[in-house]
Amino acid sequence: MTAAKIENATADDRRPLLEVVDLRLHYPIKRGVISRTVGHVKAVDGVSFSVYPGETLGIVGESGCGKSSAGRSIIRLETPTSGSVIFDGDDISRAGERSLRRVRSELQMVFQDPYASLNPQLRIGDLLAEPLIAHHKCSRAEAKQRVREILTTVGLNDQYVNRYPHELSGGQRQRVGIARALMLEPKLIVCDEPVSALDVSIQAQVLNLLKDLQEDFGLTYIFISHGLGAIKYISDRIAVMYLGKIMELAPTTEIFNRPSHPYTELLLDAYPEPNPRLRDRERMVIEGDVPSPADPPSGCVFHTRCPYAQEKCRIEVPQLESIDAADSGRGEVACHFPLDKPSRRSFAAPEPVPAGRHSASATASGEGA
Amino acid sequence: MIPYIIRRILIGIPVLWGVTVINFVIINLAPGSPADLYLTPTSTPNQVAMMRHQLGLDQPIWVRYVKWLGQLVHGDLGYSLQNRIPVTQLLGERILPTLTLMGASLVVAYAVAIPFGIFVARRRNTAADYGVVGLSFLGISVPHFFLGLVMIYVFAVKLGWFPTGNIMTLGGPGGLVDRVEHLVLPTLVLATAISANMVRYVRSSMIDVLGADYIRTARAKGLGDIMITNKHALRNALTPIVTVIGVDLSVLLGGAIVTEQIFQWQGIGLLTIQAIQGRDYSVLMGINLIAALGVFVANLLTDIAYGVVDPRVKYS
Repeated sequence: MTAAKIENATADDRRPLLEVVDLRLHYPIKRGVISRTVGHVKAVDGVSFSVYPGETLGIVGESGCGKSSAGRSIIRLETPTSGSVIFDGDDISRAGERSLRRVRSELQMVFQDPYASLNPQLRIGDLLAEPLIAHHKCSRAEAKQRVREILTTVGLNDQYVNRYPHELSGGQRQRVGIARALMLEPKLIVCDEPVSALDVSIQAQVLNLLKDLQEDFGLTYIFISHGLGAIKYISDRIAVMYLGKIMELAPTTEIFNRPSHPYTELLLDAYPEPNPRLRDRERMVIEGDVPSPADPPSGCVFHTRCPYAQEKCRIEVPQLESIDAADSGRGEVACHFPLDKPSRRSFAAPEPVPAGRHSASATASGEGA
Repeated sequence: MIPYIIRRILIGIPVLWGVTVINFVIINLAPGSPADLYLTPTSTPNQVAMMRHQLGLDQPIWVRYVKWLGQLVHGDLGYSLQNRIPVTQLLGERILPTLTLMGASLVVAYAVAIPFGIFVARRRNTAADYGVVGLSFLGISVPHFFLGLVMIYVFAVKLGWFPTGNIMTLGGPGGLVDRVEHLVLPTLVLATAISANMVRYVRSSMIDVLGADYIRTARAKGLGDIMITNKHALRNALTPIVTVIGVDLSVLLGGAIVTEQIFQWQGIGLLTIQAIQGRDYSVLMGINLIAALGVFVANLLTDIAYGVVDPRVKYS
């Protein structure tokens, strides 16, 4: 991590690149002959956070907690039910199709499934050049040149220009997915589980590629994942989501070493211990299923599964507030009775992925063609 | 690709041979005989036997089949017992009108079905969608003969816009305009069923593709709606549609027989009915062979088209 980046991350008085305020995304549930709306699935229910230039905000949570829905409504693939998304000073949550297309050149997404998210009919070169030509950024000849450059940047080479997506491996496809997002030189990239569909060995390569690109192009990421390893490796700050709400939002080291929310603690506990000697310890097991987002529990949405829940949790909705009023660096938590103890687990164990500068082209050669 | 096509053709030969065996047996086992055509109620059994002998019908079925096959190898399909001309010459005269009718119907059907299918796929579960799907069920359900008669009544008899039948005005000056005028009504009848079926295929295929991840990717790229529909969605939606064309061809052949009869369209279809009524064995065998060959070629072309439309399909 560069010195400038640490400065950015800590200087909260800086203007955020993206500000999400009370974002809600509710899907209507329709029943009956005339499709009457009988309720709503609250996929995202009042989420607020800011992302500062050059940082990576991780969003972690179980399947169905609304993290991908949040990501999709930020880049407006879904129109949020309410709330605002302020990107670079403009509220884009209600922007029309025309202004949205302009914003899309600065706000990009890397998708989860590299197999399904590339059009099987288009050659790699064509699908990469397409956004440039559609946004009239440059001529066809220049676009071709840019495609070659970007392929080299993501660790592929210009031989891939004439290939079809099905001729590539999963890791190579995800590199194309990343290259696609980079084509328009965006300021912010939302990475929606970019490594979940990949082999563990390829995951590390793609994560390193994302890190290197962030340094080279000064990118800002929102990194959505259910994998704690990946999110810990790449994020500066982490938001923990549960049932459409943020439970805890704090710097990565705080989340892993001093979780304040009981849900964060349970989530960390569920993470498999790589060191077999430490496996004997008693684990806290999270009980029950995630309640339906169509009918979330009253008060704190986590109270039905929280081992520390009390009467107050059933009635009053906790707000996302500073963990330590004196130390803003500790982050925020939405809990009436936040924990105040070090993590029961040591996360100082060797990192799953070696950090540092990686040559993208060298890692790509190790991948099956 | 070339070795694949050659292999397919080699596989096709025994299939076509099998088709001729089955057809020959069925046609010859069916009651009635071409000899009946030449006889009157006063003919004596002796005369009947003589006629059968003259036509070669007194020989065992397998002898007759081998004889027919031997002629076929030399490109000879025998003589039409009814028309007293070689079957090849007869088919040669009749095939062009039928191909014109089928081709025109296919073009009209697709020209209607593809835009409508796309239109309703993008407006799923709206009034327009229900309307088009409902109409398509009507189009599939209505029989050719009924639709043909209604069209003749309305557009030919009442409105007088188009002729009631035939390929061209008999004894008239002919010409392209005259022929096209005669083509309109039978084409509409044949195209209705094909188009009604196809619009549902296009619709469901488009709905499928519009929900695909790569359409979301295209939207995230900031592409416009028209670009997404025409470039990303339609090309992918076409793949399953191409498959249906091969099936449609056999439907067209069946439909052509009825439609040609109603409109007195002098094509293979009309000839088929006449040949069945006259027990014209050699003509029926010739028609069946051509129909089987047509379906075989259509399926081969479909598979080749598949490889062209979808880059993931490779033949080796």
